[in-house]
Amino acid sequence: MDSVNRLGPELILLAMAGILVLGDIAFLVTGERLLQRKRAVLAAAALAGTAGSLVWSGLLVATDTTGEAFSGTMTVDKFTLFFNFLFAGTAAIVILASVDYIKRSRFPAEYYGLVLASAAGLMLLASTIDLIAIFVALELTSISLYILVGFVKDQRSSEAGLKYLLLGAISSAVTLYGMAFLFGLSGSTGLGEIADAVAAADEGERAAYVLAAVFLAAGLGFKMAVVPFQMWVPDVYHGAPTPVTAYLSVGSKAAGFAVALRIFVEALGDGFIASDWANMFAVIAAVSMTLGNVVALAQTNIKRLLAYSSIAQAGNFLIGLAAVAANDPQVMLGTSSVMFFLATYAFTNLGAFIAVIAISNKIESDEIDDYAGMARRSPLLALGLTLCLVSLTGIPPTAGFIAKVYIFNAAVQADLVWLAVVGVLNSVLSVYYYLRVVLNMYTREPLSEEAIPLSPALGFAMATATVGLLVVGIFPFPLIEASEAAAAVFG
Amino acid sequence: MLNQVPEAVVWAIFFLPLGSFAVISLAALLSVGGAIRWNPKLSGYITVAAIAVAFLFSLWVLDSVLQEDGRPIGFASHEWVRVGDLTVNIGLTADGLAAVMLIVVTSVSLLVQFYSQAYMHGDPGYSRYFAFMSLFTASMLGLVLSSNILQLFVFWELVGLCSYLLIGFWFYRDSARRAATKAFVVTRLGDLGFLSAILLIWTQTGELDIARIQELALTGAIGSSVIAFFAGGVFAGAAGKSAQFPLHVWLPDAMEGPTPVSALIHAATMVAAGVYLVARLFPVFAVSEEAITTVATVGAITAIIGALLGIVATDIKRVMAYSTISQLGYMMMGLGVGGFVAAIFHLFTHAFFKALLFLGAGSVNHATGTFDMRKMGGLARYMPVTFIATTIAALALVGVFPFAGFWSKDEILANAWKDQPGIFWTALAAVFLTALYVGRMLFLTFGGEYRGGEPSEHGDHSAEPHESPWVIALPLVVLAALSVGAGFVNLTDGFEHLLGGSLPQEARELQTESGFSFGIAAGSVALGLAGLGVAWLVYGLRRVRSEDVREALQPLPTVLERKYYLDDLYEGVIVKGVVMGVVVWGLGLWDRYVIDGLADGIGAFARTSGERLRLAQAGQAQVYGAAIFIGVVAAIAAILLANP
Repeated sequence: MDSVNRLGPELILLAMAGILVLGDIAFLVTGERLLQRKRAVLAAAALAGTAGSLVWSGLLVATDTTGEAFSGTMTVDKFTLFFNFLFAGTAAIVILASVDYIKRSRFPAEYYGLVLASAAGLMLLASTIDLIAIFVALELTSISLYILVGFVKDQRSSEAGLKYLLLGAISSAVTLYGMAFLFGLSGSTGLGEIADAVAAADEGERAAYVLAAVFLAAGLGFKMAVVPFQMWVPDVYHGAPTPVTAYLSVGSKAAGFAVALRIFVEALGDGFIASDWANMFAVIAAVSMTLGNVVALAQTNIKRLLAYSSIAQAGNFLIGLAAVAANDPQVMLGTSSVMFFLATYAFTNLGAFIAVIAISNKIESDEIDDYAGMARRSPLLALGLTLCLVSLTGIPPTAGFIAKVYIFNAAVQADLVWLAVVGVLNSVLSVYYYLRVVLNMYTREPLSEEAIPLSPALGFAMATATVGLLVVGIFPFPLIEASEAAAAVFG
Repeated sequence: MLNQVPEAVVWAIFFLPLGSFAVISLAALLSVGGAIRWNPKLSGYITVAAIAVAFLFSLWVLDSVLQEDGRPIGFASHEWVRVGDLTVNIGLTADGLAAVMLIVVTSVSLLVQFYSQAYMHGDPGYSRYFAFMSLFTASMLGLVLSSNILQLFVFWELVGLCSYLLIGFWFYRDSARRAATKAFVVTRLGDLGFLSAILLIWTQTGELDIARIQELALTGAIGSSVIAFFAGGVFAGAAGKSAQFPLHVWLPDAMEGPTPVSALIHAATMVAAGVYLVARLFPVFAVSEEAITTVATVGAITAIIGALLGIVATDIKRVMAYSTISQLGYMMMGLGVGGFVAAIFHLFTHAFFKALLFLGAGSVNHATGTFDMRKMGGLARYMPVTFIATTIAALALVGVFPFAGFWSKDEILANAWKDQPGIFWTALAAVFLTALYVGRMLFLTFGGEYRGGEPSEHGDHSAEPHESPWVIALPLVVLAALSVGAGFVNLTDGFEHLLGGSLPQEARELQTESGFSFGIAAGSVALGLAGLGVAWLVYGLRRVRSEDVREALQPLPTVLERKYYLDDLYEGVIVKGVVMGVVVWGLGLWDRYVIDGLADGIGAFARTSGERLRLAQAGQAQVYGAAIFIGVVAAIAAILLANP
């Protein structure tokens, strides 16, 4: 029963996903008005699921419940709970952002059900401490996401779905290969036992451990969307339904980092192997930031621009991961900087995508040129999008600024000054393309004077995101403390 | 004498304009949505009221600092961010230097906002204008009050952002948009240096607190090369913001913004922030021979090249802009020769007379509808108040006794005379050139016959120019009084005493000491009058035709008209040629060789093996998959080869 209690947040989501799909069949309705009402009920139920999950996580925090579940394959600790909030919150915002989008679809119940199921998978990823359980959670998330990417069934969406499926399958295979190596070397699938084996391993086994680490990094790098495992990102982000793109860019990416932190810090954090993977991540971070930012400069489509921006941002997060192992006493700083950055990025990127959803729905274009004069057609949306872009750039007083200070600080403390310098240079570079969108919205004549409507659901989601990034930018303490507490589980 | 100012009041100086920004923005947003009716005039009233109170509070700060002989009033600092070993505290600095800056910013801002009510009357962006101006004033005050260098950087970026927004205020003009972007990009180049300097000092000392950094530099706890690089980076930021050569190119274009914006941001306050920053870190610069010499040299070059450009510009605001560049160079030069007090004194007087010159130019534009001096002329008769005020400001700028500029410029010259003859003679040459362009501006604008004007940049104007309304004239009169009087504040060395107190004890000895020198004073005034005289001959009496002078001096005038070809170099060669070229070329190579190459190779492989996967865009998915494997192999090889 303890196990069920500890995994309550995930189970609620899964249960609600089942209820949605079954309920949809049980209550078949016809007629436009009834269908509309049913859609609203489905969205409300999905939101209730995420709310329930959030409340349960809150209760776990309040009662200070921690410990393992399901015979040691999972654990509930501060780290898990941090990500529970992050993923449930993300799912809730994605559901809000989908309400308008999904009006045209015939399968709203399946859509919301898949969002909830993949959210449960994301949470499980943060709580599993056993390779097999990790893989199962990874697949639970991935399979839901494959379907969601191809959900609209037009040519672009289907192509994106297929590409994502193919490359996802490759990355799963690579991940599994790395896991097999680890199992072969340590004789165990539990992260704790693997850590013991790594500590006891001798220099002769190093090459094998390097292979395992690289394969795992490649498989997870696909989820994180870092170079050179990022090539699917622009096509898939571009083709997928925009709310799903938002979900991919935040949820799936954050889960990749959560698992990477678990595996690399907990299992491979000690011993000779640590500096090897830290160096690898440092190089990948530098290349991802630079490539993402440079290619983003040339983009004319906002979704592709955000895709490259998300590659560059992933490079930023990796700075923290590289800093984890470079210097042992700094374990906490590197880890907590990644977690803080992930949380602020979640607000910021979701906010940006919500603005894109609202605008694109109306003007039926993702071209940056068509955003001209948006400040006059919808001052609130333009202001919100501007704030999000400013935060992505890392200009104060937004959350993005604190996050960058935090993570560059971690790099400097870990003697990775060169990486911090690359990061700073990249921040300057990124100003140009983020600013171009803002310029377009504020300084050009609109193509039409027609106002862009903002539905209550989108408006609420947007307000949450922008208020969040400003509050964290000015009063970062609570989130810093939560990140530090979560990172302390590895201490 | 009042009680010592409490911390809350000092914070209020910053929060009042910030609150005005918040209230106006909120009201404007709500009124767009139709939730409330908002009379735009209220935006102006709120802004003026908030800054007026901030000005009074600044006087209180000045009073308290005077009681402390300019030494900082101790306020506790507050923890803002703490991650690992990095603690960023935010706090207030209230010492002589900060007090002087507070007075400058709040008083000029107050007058400019007051003036703007008439100047921006009827503009569709009236509320937006006052919101941005409030935000700017708040950020500038925050910058001045910051006790921590990272905190200062935050405001440094914010004033840059406001400047950007306000230059591009009339965004439907192509030129305004381009100017805004140029200003942002060029200053950001400098900021890159500033940010690197912050990173460097923090990695080397673990300190971000300005007072602590000064202390460490003075006690020799920081290595000299670190100090030199730190100072160099800081100076790069300062040079960008204060339009020092070779980063000065953005300021003339920034004149695309509304004229009161030019007066406040691009003449009196924000552009002086670079000078303020160097002054704030004066002890750090002073201990490094390389750093202080760089400041002096760059300042001197800027003073000369700015003044030369001022002689050929035909747009009255651009003449002022070049004049500002030149005068900022003067201040930097003052700091570079160790004249900490002299430089800030010049910043102080310059703020008033330069703001006045801009507001005068705005008043002229209000009447004639043009900034082109070739279309003005004879305005002395139509606009006596503007004429007299502008003339006072012009004399102050030239440095004629007893106007404000005389006193401050003279101190810089006296400091340079001490042991930097090269700098001294350059500065003296700049005095003559300054008088020349100032004289030219005066005679072209106010002398001779009226040459017709143009339709106004907003609102309408009658065929006959007329004096501006009192809301515009009153700030001119007040600033004219300050342009006369501001020079006397240091007559009994009171100003010097106040500023000196803001330096740590050890740093006070690093200043150059120099008294009033009658010879230098008389010489510089004579040179100034000579410059005015030459201008009178050419542009007033027209005894010498300016075309003849132009011919005789070729090719200098052409080089100047093309602004030393620097814009062509930056935009044509560096930006379009090198940067964009390399990016486009690099992306092209990437596409051609990496993507296409992989696609071809894999395509061929797939065809022969007969298992070709049909996709809408055949080949891409395979390429992406192959990249994963190539990445894996490369990573394994790199790790094992690098460290076998």
